[in-house]
Amino acid sequence: MTLSAQIMAMSTIASGDGASLSPFMTGLIVFILSCFVGYHVIWNVTPALHTPLMAVTNAISGVIVVGALLIVASETGQDVTYLGFFGALLASINVFGGFMVTRRMLAMFKKQK
Amino acid sequence: MSADVFAFFYLISGVLFTLGLKGLSHPESARRGNTMAMLGMGIAIFTTLFDPNVKGFFLIILALAIGAVIGIIIAKKIDMKAMPQLVAAFHSLVGLAAVLVAIGTYLSHRATGNINGVLMIELFLGAFIGAVTFTGSVIAFGKLQELLDSAPVVFKGQHMVNAAMAIIILILGVIFVATDNFTALIILTVISFVLGVTLIIPIGGADMPVVVSMLNSYSGWAAAATGFTLNNILLIITGALVGSSGAILSYIMCKAMNRSFISVILGGFGAEAGAGDDPMAAARQKGVKEAAVDDAVFMMANASKVIIIPGYGMAVAQAQHAVKDMMEVLQSKGVEVKFAIHPVAGRMPGHMNVLLAEADVPYDVVQEMEEINSEFSTTDVALIIGANDVVNPDAKTLKSSPLYGMPIIDAYKARLVFICKRSMKAGYAGVDNSLFTADNASLIFGDAKTTCEKLAAALHDA
Repeated sequence: MTLSAQIMAMSTIASGDGASLSPFMTGLIVFILSCFVGYHVIWNVTPALHTPLMAVTNAISGVIVVGALLIVASETGQDVTYLGFFGALLASINVFGGFMVTRRMLAMFKKQK
Repeated sequence: MSADVFAFFYLISGVLFTLGLKGLSHPESARRGNTMAMLGMGIAIFTTLFDPNVKGFFLIILALAIGAVIGIIIAKKIDMKAMPQLVAAFHSLVGLAAVLVAIGTYLSHRATGNINGVLMIELFLGAFIGAVTFTGSVIAFGKLQELLDSAPVVFKGQHMVNAAMAIIILILGVIFVATDNFTALIILTVISFVLGVTLIIPIGGADMPVVVSMLNSYSGWAAAATGFTLNNILLIITGALVGSSGAILSYIMCKAMNRSFISVILGGFGAEAGAGDDPMAAARQKGVKEAAVDDAVFMMANASKVIIIPGYGMAVAQAQHAVKDMMEVLQSKGVEVKFAIHPVAGRMPGHMNVLLAEADVPYDVVQEMEEINSEFSTTDVALIIGANDVVNPDAKTLKSSPLYGMPIIDAYKARLVFICKRSMKAGYAGVDNSLFTADNASLIFGDAKTTCEKLAAALHDA
């Protein structure tokens, strides 16, 4: 594909077919609004729990495991399978390790008797 | 299932993640929040298994199981002191996973002929951010674990080299998108790996809390970029939440050190430290007052209010349990005991709070710098354990001090200040501290743990 054809193709995809939103635009809307949600939610986190916050954000960013799961068994090539498998494994360490260590930390926070 | 059904369940996951983070506004609601986030993850993974691209479960279960075993073992074994390293290591995994998913998605889509320009831009961003996150986090891990020297590594033309690499990555990205050239994607990923290293090596040990927060943010943006490539709203939501979380923490850390984000990124802070000269020589010449344990015990036993200021030195000496015993003895004598925490005490945001919680210090006697600073003028004894730069009054008064302008814990305002110190060494930032020579301050030399144990025992008998 030539560069100009590529750009034309991109602009069609980015603008959708006119009737419905392109996936990119939907993603962008979700992304921007989620940043605002994140901003407000995170400022409310008490500084005492900033370490558990980082641990739990570690865990939830392991949701990238979803991306790996979508390719590991997609049967589109041996190399794709390997990449997906290791991606899933690494992200899974994050998910399980992150949630468990957050749980362990939060259990330590006790009120004065 | 139609795409709408998937999106619906992913949306539920996203809401549960958000509620999980919201729970962290208070220790009481935090545990429930964590459970909600776990539930959200469970829904996300389970939903994905129904995707038409998932044509078998064996490898998926195997990968998840291996990851689960490794993750759970690490989570159970890890020493709380090592949390910053663990978090850095986890960031690196997200980064590498993002790279693998980006390349894998490209190959998978190429095999089925579903490649377009928008997708390639997103893949380029996913691979780039993921790669920088990966190697950057590995370097941060190495510095925190002390496998690498924590001092900044600076060389001439460093920023030019970084800028050049960034431009080359951008050019390769354009080539990749325009000509569908897989080799360009691989080369730009490799250069991004190098860039991750060169971006983090000039940042010194004192700035590590910012670095860890910043990489937290990057790992979020990497997940969001991956979400765009997959048109997956959950990854986009999560990436945005994590990205903004890391960005806010970076901002809080920078503010607490009075550093601009740019100056932290550019690095080199504390480069002069440890160059053989002794920053404490002046203090020693002026003469510091050395106190015996008994002096501190007498003053504390007769105090009505004691504030303890812990720093990373407390964690290094594993003194937190001894500190907690001391707190209990004091409380049994009717002395009010509180803890004052500086935002950058320890090596990551909130690190001290976790270490104290681990030692069973109740969270309601542990207060943040801004909450407690006004109380020092009515405090009889401020006891500093293993903290240095965060109580340095030079930050307020001495314009030539590298710490000038940094908010500090006003320990110097207390009637008496006792400082537990192992030696006359400068702090992590390698800066002189005039508190040590102040009239109301005395130093108790020795290992923090031994000193606190002695203090607790002597208080018990007092």
